[in-house]
Amino acid sequence: MQASPSDRPVLRLSGISKSFPGVRALSGVSLALYPGEVTALIGENGAGKSTMVKILTGIYQPDAGTIEVDGQVTAFPTAAAEATAGVTAIHQETVLFDELSVAENIFLGHAPRGRFGLIDKAAMVAQARALLARIGANLDPTITLKDLGIANKHLVAIARALSIDARVVVMDEPTAALSYKEIEELYELVERLKAEGKAILFISHKFDEIFRIADRWTVFRDGELVGAGMMNAVDEAQLVQMMVGRPVDQIFPKRQHSLGAPVLTVAGYCHPTEFQDINFTLHMGEILGFYGLVGAGRSEFMQALFGITRPSKGACRIDDRIAVIRSTAQAIAHGIVYVPEDRGRQGAVKGLPIYQNVTLPSLGRTSRHGFLRLAREFALARQYTERLDLRAAALDQDVGLLSGGNQQKVVIAKWLATRPRVIILDEPTKGIDIGSKAAVHAFMAELAAEGLAVIMVSSEIPEVLGMSDRVIVMREGRMVAEFGKAAMSPEALVRAAAGIGERAAA
Amino acid sequence: MTGASATKGRQIPDSLTHPATRLLKSWESLLAVVVVVIFVTNSFASPYFLDPWSLSDATYNVTEKLMIAFAMALLIIAGEIDLSVASIIALASTAMGFAVTLGAGTPELVAIGVGVGLICGLFNAVLVTGIGLPSIVVTIGTMSLFRGLSYIVLGDKAYTGYPADFAFFGQGYVWWVFSFELVLVAGLGGVFGVLLHRTNFGRAVYAIGNNPTGALFSGIRVARVKFILFLLTGLMSGIASVCLTSRLGSTRPSIAVGAELEVVTMVVLGGVNILGGSGTIPGVVLAALVMGLVTFGFGLLNVPGIVMSIFIGLLLIGVIALPRLWARLRIQRG
Repeated sequence: MQASPSDRPVLRLSGISKSFPGVRALSGVSLALYPGEVTALIGENGAGKSTMVKILTGIYQPDAGTIEVDGQVTAFPTAAAEATAGVTAIHQETVLFDELSVAENIFLGHAPRGRFGLIDKAAMVAQARALLARIGANLDPTITLKDLGIANKHLVAIARALSIDARVVVMDEPTAALSYKEIEELYELVERLKAEGKAILFISHKFDEIFRIADRWTVFRDGELVGAGMMNAVDEAQLVQMMVGRPVDQIFPKRQHSLGAPVLTVAGYCHPTEFQDINFTLHMGEILGFYGLVGAGRSEFMQALFGITRPSKGACRIDDRIAVIRSTAQAIAHGIVYVPEDRGRQGAVKGLPIYQNVTLPSLGRTSRHGFLRLAREFALARQYTERLDLRAAALDQDVGLLSGGNQQKVVIAKWLATRPRVIILDEPTKGIDIGSKAAVHAFMAELAAEGLAVIMVSSEIPEVLGMSDRVIVMREGRMVAEFGKAAMSPEALVRAAAGIGERAAA
Repeated sequence: MTGASATKGRQIPDSLTHPATRLLKSWESLLAVVVVVIFVTNSFASPYFLDPWSLSDATYNVTEKLMIAFAMALLIIAGEIDLSVASIIALASTAMGFAVTLGAGTPELVAIGVGVGLICGLFNAVLVTGIGLPSIVVTIGTMSLFRGLSYIVLGDKAYTGYPADFAFFGQGYVWWVFSFELVLVAGLGGVFGVLLHRTNFGRAVYAIGNNPTGALFSGIRVARVKFILFLLTGLMSGIASVCLTSRLGSTRPSIAVGAELEVVTMVVLGGVNILGGSGTIPGVVLAALVMGLVTFGFGLLNVPGIVMSIFIGLLLIGVIALPRLWARLRIQRG
């Protein structure tokens, strides 16, 4: 179609599929990267972008598909052979070694050798200095990496890319943790890399930067390729449409809307680094959605509400009485419970049997004078695990032996057994199969119908739209928008979360 | 209710394994067999072994260490460790010896010994749970600190001249061959067994050891539980110091050197996972029996002490390696 000199891709992946137990992460997607061009990879969380990066950098091997370098079909990279395939990645949290010097990080594995095969330190530092100068970075190569900020760490990673003569540079949300000025510097660097003929894969949720630096776009949705093309032939609305525009095909439970009395009022919750000025009122029977990009501060706020971290300012009222929450035990006593996103670490206590997991926060009720009463524990555990239709061989089975979905059920059973007022579900269906998702959704509706107030943190737009009575959108630690049932639309949510409207207004 | 239907209302059984099966397959059962084997071997090897009074004497090999091992077991199950226990014995004993020179009587001495133990435990607890330092580093530090204080006070001297009635705690008998220490350690074993296996506190200890973050996210007051465990370990070290000082009748700064490793050995041999999360008090008691009987048997056979420590070392490595080798063998066959 285009007759530009960069018509031939340096790297082309076709028909890539990758499955994980219970999840199909990628099915038959293609991606082409062109020398001297930036290709933006766009998609919602869970669309398969990260899986693609991991295949490119050799962390995962695909189940099917081919890779061509300069038109030649080659073997997929493995982690060790990544550098030789000429692909290097710059992640949000760049994988570098904090205790080594800048020069050592740049040349790790391919340092210049001197006599006896020992590393020629002087040559390494000199070459590192030259590379850093090439990208306009004013860094001392002998400094230890841990003393650098994120932006400078990105520079080191890019210098490393140059040192291995990488032809493809993957940037996975490189600006997520950078300041405005640092972002500008990164853009300049991207231009320099383009001028050197590198092919760049740029992953970002921020549309302004995609339009600023990308030449081509590729959109993934639910592990499938939606489309690809040149940036100058597309506009923001079209991209948003492609990114979220699936028909809301999942069937969400119909709910009667009869909101009860206010249960929880949060006023002016602040944290020095994670979130600012959070205010809302939650009613009985309500499902309140929290939407935002990863890192928007939603989980951090929820954990403050649950007593894991302490807010620096702000108050919280339950049933119109001030509630002081300084520990998880106090939060539970006030009827606030939290189903975490990180199920492995924060959710189930693996190693303990199912019934002990369920009764852990309810021991005060099942025991007498601090002494355990096992019969009561088993009865309580049975009551709630059966309500959640848990699939397990026995209640004294180690919870770690259960599937992810069933572990999630144990965590929810644990909280329901405390008879909470407010249940916070953080990404409740992330990484679980469609069938279990529907069960979780139905259950949430059931809880709300019983008068429980539900907060649902979710990055999945259909889930937010299908389940919430109201949505609060957070960006960079602040509440930026609030939508009632009628005003919600996928486009509005994405725009608010990515800050598109503000850019137009500015 | 039918158990076969796969719909809601399906009954999940409490357990699929019979309690007796579980008991038979347990580490504690294996230890019990080892105890019996050593006991029988010893009684054939030496005609003096089966004498009630010599057996009673032999219990002193382990009683003081076992008191500390009870608390240490809880601490290790919760994923922490205290390596300063032997030095707490030294510091508490030094404090008691110093008090004797000021004319303290037996009740004051006991209060001082136990009190110093508690204060040392409090110091560890604050450093670990208050400031959030790793317990292995903190207690290696306090191990040197507490014993160092004893050396400063005592130098190469020794405190003697403890009151006559103070000797009861380490040398007295409650009834027939049953010494005060033996009765005390049996009672403490019961208390710690109930605490770990029958109370909410014990459940919290297991939860913290298996997943401290998960326990915190389940409303367990993780820091408070750990704080109490360090206090308990200090308290037990103080009590052990009273018993040991009373038994020896003197205090030197080198008192109980290296005992912390024997205590940890006892706990690990008893089936407590050194990484936390599992273990039982009966297991620790059986491990103490194994170690005590081996020491006593070798002593009767005039085996030198160094051979005993080699044997205990091999036993420890063996008990940790055997279950893993066994599991690997089963995987390869299956």
